[in-house]
Amino acid sequence: MHALANPARFRRLAEALTPWLLGAGLAFAGTGLFVGLVLAPPDYLQGESVRIMYVHVPAAWLSLGGYLALALAALAARVWKHPLADVALRAMAPVGATFAAVCLLTGSIWGRPTWGTWWEWDGRLTSMLLLFFLYLGVIALLHAFDNRARAARAAGLLAILGTVNLPVIKFSVEWWNTLHQPASIRLSGSAIHPAMLEPLAASALGFALLFAAAVLMRMRAILAEERREARLRRRALAA
Amino acid sequence: MDHGPFILAAYLVTLALVGGLLANSWAWMRRAERERDE
Repeated sequence: MHALANPARFRRLAEALTPWLLGAGLAFAGTGLFVGLVLAPPDYLQGESVRIMYVHVPAAWLSLGGYLALALAALAARVWKHPLADVALRAMAPVGATFAAVCLLTGSIWGRPTWGTWWEWDGRLTSMLLLFFLYLGVIALLHAFDNRARAARAAGLLAILGTVNLPVIKFSVEWWNTLHQPASIRLSGSAIHPAMLEPLAASALGFALLFAAAVLMRMRAILAEERREARLRRRALAA
Repeated sequence: MDHGPFILAAYLVTLALVGGLLANSWAWMRRAERERDE
């Protein structure tokens, strides 16, 4: 990781990776969604509405994984003072918030035909909503201070504290009575038929690559703005 | 119950939010890097 601390080296790597991540992400997500929408079989119990799984589940995984990555970036910034960690934190927060919003909205849309309700204040749905608010809190703190380092410290602290919510989301379906079904994919195996699992895997991989592409593009934008600001400051001091 | 409108709504919401995020990130990156190189 410290090899990437050199901004010029990171910039070269990011410039090379961005189009590949975008292209592969669009290809995998497009294939997964097309197969899931058109070719995959309907569920024996849920019928056609199971096709919402191909957008809802990857969004859920990425909003959880993205939050963990956000907290790790905050930790790397505090513990190892990695120069790109705060940049990653600033870049990741809106991306994770978007995927959390996709998860909540598609879940609500899926809930109406499946459960008969758009929303229920149960453990899984409420803890997922809390995750979305944690993302918004991190974004708000990043913009709450004029001093960028202080803003990143405050946002990073919230990001780290918020990881308490991750096991709550994961185990909410086991700890409490909930409308939400338990996990269908575990380390011990999957309860999903391969005809559904394969497009789900393609869609999840595609969205993961698009998540990474969005983070990389936002990191490049932040670094470019910082470099421009530094140049303007130098000019102002020289004048 | 016809599930078609729900499926369509879920896919459109995803397309709008993820597409919007990617478009916004791309535009911000291009603008920031252009201004840096000016």
